[in-house]
Order: sequence, then structure tokens, then C-alpha cells
Amino acid sequence: MTQTLQWFAPRRQLAPRPRLVLGIMSFVLPLLIWSLVSYVPWIWHPLVEVTEPGSVSYFKAGQRVERELFAAETAKALEAGAPQPQGTPANPVYLPAPHEVLQAFYLAFTAEPERRNEKWLHESLADSIYVIFWGFVISSIIGLPLGILCGTYDVFSRLAEPFVEFFRYLPAPAFGALAVAILGIYQAPKIAIIVIGTLFQQILVISNTTRKLDPALLEAAQTLGARRLSLLFRVVVPGIITDVYKDMRILLGWAWTYLIVAELIGTSSGITWFITQQARYKNFDNVFAAIMIIGIIGLSTDLLLAWLGRRIFPWQRAEARA
Amino acid sequence: MTRMQQFELPSYLEQSDAVRDRFARLRQRPVVLEVKGLNKDFETSHGPVTALRDISFVTHKREFVCVIGPSGCGKSTLIRILAGLETPTSGQLLLDGRAVHGPGPDRGMVFQSYTLFPWLTVKKNVMFGLERAGRGRLAAEEEAMQWIELVGLSKFARSYPHQLSGGMKQRVAIARALANQPRILLMDEPFGALDAQTRAKMQSYLMEIWKNIDITVLFITHDLDEAIYLADRILVLKAHPGEVQELIEVPVPQPRSPEQLLSPEFLATRKRLEELIHPPQDDAALSEDHLNMVRMVAVDDEVESVF
Repeated sequence: MTQTLQWFAPRRQLAPRPRLVLGIMSFVLPLLIWSLVSYVPWIWHPLVEVTEPGSVSYFKAGQRVERELFAAETAKALEAGAPQPQGTPANPVYLPAPHEVLQAFYLAFTAEPERRNEKWLHESLADSIYVIFWGFVISSIIGLPLGILCGTYDVFSRLAEPFVEFFRYLPAPAFGALAVAILGIYQAPKIAIIVIGTLFQQILVISNTTRKLDPALLEAAQTLGARRLSLLFRVVVPGIITDVYKDMRILLGWAWTYLIVAELIGTSSGITWFITQQARYKNFDNVFAAIMIIGIIGLSTDLLLAWLGRRIFPWQRAEARA
Repeated sequence: MTRMQQFELPSYLEQSDAVRDRFARLRQRPVVLEVKGLNKDFETSHGPVTALRDISFVTHKREFVCVIGPSGCGKSTLIRILAGLETPTSGQLLLDGRAVHGPGPDRGMVFQSYTLFPWLTVKKNVMFGLERAGRGRLAAEEEAMQWIELVGLSKFARSYPHQLSGGMKQRVAIARALANQPRILLMDEPFGALDAQTRAKMQSYLMEIWKNIDITVLFITHDLDEAIYLADRILVLKAHPGEVQELIEVPVPQPRSPEQLLSPEFLATRKRLEELIHPPQDDAALSEDHLNMVRMVAVDDEVESVF
């Protein structure tokens, strides 16, 4: 009793074991709910999948019909003494069961695409990662130094930030047609959309982080003889780099959200295009598999970057714990 | 206060021959820092406020000066101006006879908030100033290690600041400031955030360092005992606006030791500081200082008097 009460003490960290267990549960629980809805026939299942049309002329095997309709037709057939339709409870086609998604996941990497002009899932994925990578790199090459300059020197802040504030409200997708007109139809306009979507937020986020640097550190550095550029490169940059690194991880997540728009312009390609296509063919198992791949890639890059961050910045190890 | 008055204390102006002799020699030493007619006004939303008015004093070579005063006397503003972190409205600041503007390594500073660079190890923190001065990496490293040894932290040279206690952090900060071999070491309530025990230990460390190194110290504090224990002379400021009230020559003989905290000279000086900083107030002022308390107990509660 007291043990569980302690679990709800505000801001108290749990012991490593319960932490691990709860972490696993955070994935297991949604999966469990999904499985329950998928495999237990009396939970939800608003449709009936017809296995045997019987005497109902417009039923076909494999068709999913409303439960009420199925019941009405069965009653009608029973009354007429005609063969009754047979069926099993089913969920709508947009909610495939876990095993179907898993199968689709496996087949996506092993089986030839159904249509000849379609790309393999991993090819779509490679296209997407290419777009995200270059979009984020180009955005960072501009946004990172500019953000740090804005956060350090009022001159840059006054010169750049009002415009950036204005521009960040312009929706990146609105620049789609323009990007295609200027940059052609292949990957370049997609990268441009990611850049437009990320860059302006990035400048503001980084400049705010830069402003959070303890000014006493700058003062201490000045009394130790640091001036001008050495203040910037020896104090500001190392002083904020761990927080900037965290910001960059969050910003990379934002870059992914612009992917779906980016991939619909010009010659459509990439993972989100794959998802749109598959949804059009009602292959929802493929849709789920693809969405999950994005999730897995996102989470694993973030974990990788977090791990990398702990290696590069040894002084923040205890900071995070404290 | 009341208990102190029961003893016959000597005047704080009375100095033994040895002490008088020492102050005479001290005044012969060259002047390191000279402050002439320093004024500082701040613009606030309620109009201009004078933080410091006509501050003038000199510190001699290897002297230990403490600055003390009630809150709002501008002692922090004063030291920040001396460090070059703020500009005075008027007045002059001479270091070795030359006017100084802006911050520089010739005036080392130790802040109350630990200002070690968290991304650098202890050794790299101490090397920071040396490298800015253009010292080569190896030379800087060797020199830094000597300063770290001076403050007794050789074992922690490779530690990061977050792994150190408050007292250790301030020792590193002192070593870092001293490594630049400044003309004067400015300390802005450096032990203010430490607990009483650590603070006492740090005071002894600082005395030890001061004895062994050719350094002039200007030390800000609000702790009277700390000021008397450490200082050759105490600059007493008064508040609103910050003005020099008195420059006291501490009659406690050097070298100092904690036993002197109860010596007559010490107590006499302490009494004088008390008078200057907490002057006897009239009733009107006093009532503002006291909380308007009612006894908050239930009627039928039996409450014993605490006295």
C-alpha cells in the first residue's frame, strides 16, 4: 500500500525496476487494447464479414456489411425458407489486426510490390530519409548559427527576428507550387518545404535557448580576459550546446511532420506517398506497417542521438539526473 | 549587544604597538587600486536612483580590504564597477596609477554564484584565463596544476564542476582567478552561499592563500565577523545613497586565527560595526521592523510561555 502510494509522490523518481517495467508497459498496453479489439469477437466488431452469401443477391464472400443489415437479411431468408447467409463478426477494413500488420510489415520487405511501377517500401523509405536529412541539414546550416547570433547579439536579434516571427506563420505547404516552379519536380522542392517548415522555428528556438545562458558565465569569462569572438566560441557555444542539442532532437521530430506535405508535391514519392497510395487501395495493413516504421525510425534516431549526446557531453550526465 | 556592554571593551581605535607599526608600514606600500569620486546613478521606472555617491579610497599592495554595509548600500555595484562589468556615471578608477575601462584579467573576480564553466574540467577551468592570455597548452596546463595544488584540489583536476561541493567550487574559482596573476582579487560575497562550517574553513583557506601569494584582495561581505577576521581595513558603506561611512583599521593583530574571535580588539571592532550598520532606531522605524503578531491559538488551549 505504502509502496504504491509512493508511486504517486509528485516528482519522485521510481526505482529502476518499476521504471523499466512501466516503460515496457507503455508499449504493451496499447498493443493489448488493439489485440482485444481485434481478436475478441464481442468487443466492438460492428460489421459482419460474409463467408457465404446464401440467398442474399447482393452479398459477396469477403464483403463486410453492417451487423443490423446482416441480421435483417438473415431474418428475411429465414422467413422465406431460403439459404441463410453466413458470416463472422469483423472490424472495419481500416482497423487490421496486429498479425495482419505484422505480416504486411514482413511482406513489405520481402515480396515484390503488386504493381510494377510501385516502389519497394524500403525504397520509399530511403527517399523520405534523403529528403528529411537534407532538409534538416540545410535548415541547420542556416538556422543554427543565425539562432546563436540572434541570442548573443541584440543587433542580429533586432535585424532578423521580427521577419522570422512573421515568416514562421506562413504555412510551409503554401510554398509547394512555388518550390516546384523554382526547383523542379524531384527531391529539391520537397527538401525546400522541409527547410521552410523547420528553419524559422529553429532560429527562434535556438536564439531563445542561447538567451538562457547564465550571464554570470559571460561576466566571469570577461574578468578572465575573454573578449569578442572568444566569448562567443569559448563561452556561449559550449555553454548552450547541450540544450541546443536537445532542441535539435525536438526540431528533427518537427521536420518529420512536414514530410507528408513535402512528398505530395512534384513527383510524389517517399513513405508518406506510399501510405496515401496504400490507403487508396484500402491496404490498411500496409498503411499501419508504414506508419509504424516511421515511428520506429523516429524513436530509434532519438534514442541514438540521446545516447550519442551523453557520450559527447560528459559534463551533462549528472545534470540530467539532478 | 546587551551582554557585550557588560564588559569594558577598549576602543576599536586603540591599536597595540605591533598593529600600529604594521599599519604604518602598510601605508608605505605602493597603491594598487585608487578610486576617486566614484558616482553611479541608475535609471529606474521611478526616476533616477543614486546607488553610489562620491566613493573614494585606496588599497595598498598586499592589503586585504573588506567592504561591508547594509543591504542596498551598493557594495555589489561597487565591486562590479571595479571589475569593469558596469560603468560608473562619473569618477575615476586607477590601477597602478593607470585608468582602467572595461573588464580585464588584471582584476580577478570571484562571484557569489558559482561561475565555473560547467563544460570544462577543473583543470580546464583554471587554464581558461591562461589560454586567453596566449599561453601554450602545455605551459598553461602545468601552471594550472600548480594553482589547483595551491587550493588543495589536485585529486579533482579531472572532475567536472557538478561533481564538486560548494566550497570546492569556490576554491576552483579562486584558483582560476589567481592563475591570471591579477593585480587585485575582487571577491563578491564569495562564501555567502556556503554553510557556516564550510564558510569558516574557506576563510582559513583564503587567509592561507593570501599569506603565501603576492595578492591584494577586495572582499565584499555582509558578515561582520568575516569582515573583521579577514580584513586589514574595513570600508563601511551606508545605504541610500551608498556612501563611505568609515574606513576602519582592524586592531586585531596579524596573522589571524579563529581564537581571536573573542579577543577584546575583535569584540570592540564588532561593536563599532554593529553601531554603524544597525544604528539605534527610533520607535517609529522600529515598529516597521517588528511583525504585528497576535497569538493564534484556540481559546481553550493551554499554551505555556516560551520564556
